[in-house]
Amino acid sequence: MYNREQLRERAEKAINKKGAIGPDINLDDFDDAAVPHSYLADEDLCQLPEPEQQRLVMAGMDLTQKNRGGTYLQKDTEVIHCHTRQDGIEVIPIKKALEKYDWIEEYYWKLASVETDKYTAAAELGLHDGYVIRALPGAKSIYPVQACLYLDKDGLQQNVHNIIIAEEDSELHIITGCSTSPHMKTGLHVGVSEFYVKKNAKLSFTMIHNWAEKMLVRPRSVAEVEEGGLFLNNYICMRPVQSLQMYPTTYLKGDDSTARFYSIIVGSPGSEYDIGGRIFLKNQGSRAEIISRAISNGGNIIARGHLIGEVPDIKAHLECRGLLLNGGIIHAIPELEGHVDGVEMSHEAAVGKIAQEEITYLMSRGLSEDEATSTIVRGFLSVDIPGLPPQLKAEIDKAIEESDKDVM
Amino acid sequence: MLQIEDLKVELADKEILKHIDLEIHPGETHILFGPNGSGKTSLLMTIMGYPQYKITGGKIVFKGEDITHLPINERAQLGIGMSYQRPPTINGLKTRQMVHLCAKTDIDEEDLAARVNFTEFLDRDINAGFSGGEIKRSELLQLMAQNPDLMLFDEPESGVDMENMALVGKTIATLLQRNGFQEANSTKMKSKLERKKMGLIITHTGYIMDYLTGDKGQVLYDGMLSCISNPREILNCVAESGYKECVRCITESN
Ligand SMILES: Nc1ncnc2c1ncn2[C@@H]1O[C@H](COP(=O)(O)OP(=O)(O)OP(=O)(O)O)[C@@H](O)[C@H]1O
Ligand SMILES: [Mg+2]
Repeated sequence: MYNREQLRERAEKAINKKGAIGPDINLDDFDDAAVPHSYLADEDLCQLPEPEQQRLVMAGMDLTQKNRGGTYLQKDTEVIHCHTRQDGIEVIPIKKALEKYDWIEEYYWKLASVETDKYTAAAELGLHDGYVIRALPGAKSIYPVQACLYLDKDGLQQNVHNIIIAEEDSELHIITGCSTSPHMKTGLHVGVSEFYVKKNAKLSFTMIHNWAEKMLVRPRSVAEVEEGGLFLNNYICMRPVQSLQMYPTTYLKGDDSTARFYSIIVGSPGSEYDIGGRIFLKNQGSRAEIISRAISNGGNIIARGHLIGEVPDIKAHLECRGLLLNGGIIHAIPELEGHVDGVEMSHEAAVGKIAQEEITYLMSRGLSEDEATSTIVRGFLSVDIPGLPPQLKAEIDKAIEESDKDVM
Repeated sequence: MLQIEDLKVELADKEILKHIDLEIHPGETHILFGPNGSGKTSLLMTIMGYPQYKITGGKIVFKGEDITHLPINERAQLGIGMSYQRPPTINGLKTRQMVHLCAKTDIDEEDLAARVNFTEFLDRDINAGFSGGEIKRSELLQLMAQNPDLMLFDEPESGVDMENMALVGKTIATLLQRNGFQEANSTKMKSKLERKKMGLIITHTGYIMDYLTGDKGQVLYDGMLSCISNPREILNCVAESGYKECVRCITESN
């Protein structure tokens, strides 16, 4: 078993360290004591109460598991379902991995640093669980693996650590959702995620967030991509939340490695989002793309993007578009850093309201003003994501479609 | 029928149409001429119902209903449609979806697109990076799906290459039910009687008239429709002596 003594010592030192950005959270306001829940068999998943099922489905879960290569479901602090349905794809609760497998040592806290801030420290000191999803060398996901972190107990602080590994030449697709039960009001989610995309592997990670209005959310993610690897990271958050701050970092450390980030955020009144992506291009032929779409209905959205080109012959592009539908603030902060000659980096940012001209054009084809507006908004949110399996594309479309009513 | 009576229109506090009288009967197509900046596009946009074109006098009646103050979409639903010169791009809205939005009923967009040689554009965002000629075909495709009774065309031939000109010309003729003589069992006279579609086409070059002869020509000059005549005659006159002379000569000879 992995001795985490040293990690704990380092974490202790960061226990009061505020995050680099985003509003500070008083961890004493939340309770991180274990909440017992019983394990569910496959057939029990479809027997969950209807409102709960609905919340899970909205976060991208397929409770029949028919079109999934594996499932990880955590409720509050407990793993209530975890298993794989495909050879070559492993899905393991991280606590079990830490107990049973030596190899986990090579990954656990190897990209993210435990002393980053009080949230990473809390994730180590008060670790509840989390998932390890690993595609063995050459394995190819037929159906995406699904993972869901579900919060049910009001006032809970959920501490999660996830590790995702796509071994050489593998192809792994994951859909992960975070959601809260219908009665849940407030809580804190702390989630550390480390992604390893090895040589010529392909990893797509699609995350759908469905929080409650008074939820606080602090994910901390770091990824590395080796030679020829591809990391596709999609993020969708269209529901209210009190405060969500994350700034995942990716290191493109092998030749011809690629990372593409797509995010869609809809900000409701009273919600604060500080969301970005940072990609270091550290090797020849690396490619990075960050594309974000933000809509504010009165929420406060900071959309960040930071691309760092450290060697020649890299290409990076950042595109950030914001639409103000009904008040609120969208603050786009695109950053480009070229450290040597021969980098090709660009960005494009635009924040505005819907052009009247587009509305009238559609009206002249017979659409009402409201229909025209929602058509334009749907178009704005539909980004082409090359390399994403159609099934996951459908999940994204569904998430957009379902919250369409709230957007308008 | 479209009836416009003593219409006055302001745009950005400037009077651009002073006095417009116009009647287009079912089955008729009028060709609209006029120098740059004379207000041709403005007239079409006013008929379509764009609110920035402020109507300060007169009225517009369509199919017996006073539409002077009707919103754009209600005019579209009544059967007015327009082919624009510079339509806006709508990011993320595929041409295919746009064609479906235009049609009130189920349509086969592949089939319609094939008719205007536009199949490969169906999965592109509407108007995004379309060339001048491509815009025309896209607009026609939308009108085909929409199938309105009164069609307003803003310079449908400008920017269209020679090969596509025939396509555009024939498509407009079909939309306006003006290629009836191609149908074997229909005489020219009969197709004229059955024809219901109305058209108003802006042109500078008159190329469109190689594919359909309008019933009437109109010249918009100095905020007014200054003459009504055979469209070919107007075109020849303008070509020979310019708008100013042409308006005078025709007005005097009337
Ligand atoms: N937004 C605007 N503000 C002020 N004036 C405008 C605006 N848009 C158009 N105009 C003016 O209104 C007048 C009529 O323009 P319109 O586009 O209707 O002319 P047109 O006859 O279609 O010209 P063309 O043959 O060049 O297409 C022009 O003088 C034009 O400059
Ligand atoms: Mg014009």
